[in-house]
Amino acid sequence: MFCKKEWIAMLLAGGQGSRLYTLTRNLAKPAVPFGGKYRIIDFPLSNCVNSGIDTVGVLTQYQPLVLNEYIGNGQPWDLDRSNGGVFVLPPYQKSSGSDWYTGTANAIYQNINFIERYDPEYVLVLSGDHIYKMDYEKMLAYHKEKGADCTIAVLQVPMEEASRFGIMNTYPDGTIYEFEEKPAHPKSNLASMGIYIFSWDKMREYLIRDEQDPSSQKDFGKNVLPAMLADGQKMVAYPFEGYWKDVGTIDSLWEANMDLLDPNVPLDLYDDSWKIYSRNPVMPPHYIAQGAKVENSMVTEGCNIEGDIDFSILFSGVTVEAGAVVHDSIIMPNTVIKKGAVIEYAIVAENCVIGEGAVIGQRPEEVPDRDNWGVTVVGTGVNIGNGAVIPPKSMIDKDIEGVR
Amino acid sequence: MRENKTMGIIFSNMHDSMLGALTEVRTTGSVPFGARYRFIDFVLSSMVNSDIQDIGIITKSNYRSLMDHVGAGRDWDLARKRGGLVLLPPFASSAGNGIYRGRLEALAGASGYIRYNDAKYVLLCDCDIIANVDLRDLINTHIRSGAQITMMYNRQEVHRENLRDTTVLFCDPETMDITDIQVRPDISGTQNVYMDTILIEKQLLERLINEGKSHDSYSLIRHAIQPALGKLDIKGYEFKGYAAKISGLKSYLAANMDLLRQEVREELFPKERPVYTKVRDQVPVKYGLSAKVSNSLIADGCIINGTVENSIIFRGVKVGKGTVLKNCIVMQNTYVGENTHLEYVITDKDVLIKDARTLIGCDTYPTYIPKGSSI
Repeated sequence: MFCKKEWIAMLLAGGQGSRLYTLTRNLAKPAVPFGGKYRIIDFPLSNCVNSGIDTVGVLTQYQPLVLNEYIGNGQPWDLDRSNGGVFVLPPYQKSSGSDWYTGTANAIYQNINFIERYDPEYVLVLSGDHIYKMDYEKMLAYHKEKGADCTIAVLQVPMEEASRFGIMNTYPDGTIYEFEEKPAHPKSNLASMGIYIFSWDKMREYLIRDEQDPSSQKDFGKNVLPAMLADGQKMVAYPFEGYWKDVGTIDSLWEANMDLLDPNVPLDLYDDSWKIYSRNPVMPPHYIAQGAKVENSMVTEGCNIEGDIDFSILFSGVTVEAGAVVHDSIIMPNTVIKKGAVIEYAIVAENCVIGEGAVIGQRPEEVPDRDNWGVTVVGTGVNIGNGAVIPPKSMIDKDIEGVR
Repeated sequence: MRENKTMGIIFSNMHDSMLGALTEVRTTGSVPFGARYRFIDFVLSSMVNSDIQDIGIITKSNYRSLMDHVGAGRDWDLARKRGGLVLLPPFASSAGNGIYRGRLEALAGASGYIRYNDAKYVLLCDCDIIANVDLRDLINTHIRSGAQITMMYNRQEVHRENLRDTTVLFCDPETMDITDIQVRPDISGTQNVYMDTILIEKQLLERLINEGKSHDSYSLIRHAIQPALGKLDIKGYEFKGYAAKISGLKSYLAANMDLLRQEVREELFPKERPVYTKVRDQVPVKYGLSAKVSNSLIADGCIINGTVENSIIFRGVKVGKGTVLKNCIVMQNTYVGENTHLEYVITDKDVLIKDARTLIGCDTYPTYIPKGSSI
């Protein structure tokens, strides 16, 4: 027996995030650490509970171990409920055979049974790779007010960047008359944020129809939404104002982390009325030693800092020894940076050891060939030997021997 | 049923009178400590990390903050169907109004909870000791020795001003038999100071509780243990790790400042025996352009734009530009404005210190600012 829910959320968390390279070698993109103590998925999950959604299906497929363990029973997000809660939904075997999730629409299609248990009026579809704070309840109110069958959250992007996004062309009342995927000559600057609210009866109908179409790629953006539009279903764009960032690439992940240090960026994590929840490590407060220098940075529990930190984000349990320098970098949990090491413009993943005097990355202004400059990435668990030099834009996923 | 199971009883209100202003609005157990903890976290975590999963907390008064802190015990993995955490508020009955005078009387109020547990041993602890103890060693030593009662102590200097809260054990170094127990002794020097931690067979404890009831006696040490010296097999157990007994603002400040020493942090927060506390989902600390921090312990949720030296900063504290904090303990959600100067100041929770204020205390007499004050 399940109680009827007005709405539930389905969170697409199966993506590999291949453009994050070594960072997603052993974990799905939504589980990538972000912002000192979060993982990317904390943002949509916290938005859900803050918006009053108590039932969330998380669709997983690629490297789900870390994500499954992280979500657990949903307690950190108050989603450990008797009626509803958070559910991890991997692909499964059926009497008719077994299928991986072949696309975003197919993933939801394969879980129609899950959705129907709650007999919802509306289904919110989210993806697990964006950093933003959003009240989905306002979007639902908009969906109802407009009498829409599908509402798509849109963000105004600068016109010159519009050709990188899926663009919605709308009438003045917000009704969508056309989609353009990455148009060369965009007519508007309303970019889809990958956040949809569907009226469930319509969604169900189109998911089933899409599944029967052998030529379909089973994707919301490419197939389901255009099919609904072609049939004249009422589709509206919900304008969102605020900070929103896709963190699908190394550069955008680095930038989004650095945005947290910028007082002019409108993403306030310190606002108690819209907290971002996460699974907290059990660690003592961080210690900053005499002689250490910490400015313009975020530091969290379990860190032990004796070095020089500037414009950086340090996750829990990071050790920075005396004389080490960390500038413009992101250091993920439990990494140790030994004496005299210098890290600039880098992302160092979890459980790494950076040897004494090693040099990781470089400032862009010090690089003669600016076109080949980029953020350096050190993968999970990698040991960098003493004195090793890792040039900018490197992607390190094996141990590097020290220089004698 | 587990063999040799031990249950824990924690007295949250003992020593309230020693801590003065700190316990004005709370129990000893819920006094904030070490930037993100409360006193009770240490004994609770020691118990949980030592496989003690049936824990009763005896309260007396002002225990709302304690209930808020421990909740159902989930952050200590103690929200369980079998066993787990139980709060034991004063138990009023025809025999009394429930406001107990000592531990023995308090235990009488909790005798139902003790009786129905299938544990073989009971570990009784107070909250005023900051230590991370592997209690399995105490329990194993107790079982091996065949003692009926084992009392834990550590070697430490006895200071005159703390005598009111001190109990000293005299112990035969060969057999570890306790030969004498002196409450508030008139002695000084390094002594075996009782850590208010006692392991006792459950049946024996129930007998002592019943004898206490029939004699209207209330003190565990004075009325039950001291008279039993020589009659029962009572042994001492020395704890050799770091332990700080808090018996006033001075020792409170000193124990907090001990955390700035690496060897103390390593002993109190070993990776394999973490100290759990209530999760508050705070953001990492943000250090601004003009932040200067040295030799300090800082918890999450703070925004630091000033200078912080030799200080303990709790969760959610804001420190404005140009402000200098030296040798301070700044508790949760304190707001310190710009160009303010504080030395040897202890601010309780939710204190507001506006711009350009100066407050200077002394290491032996820190300035204490009560909860919710505005300066």
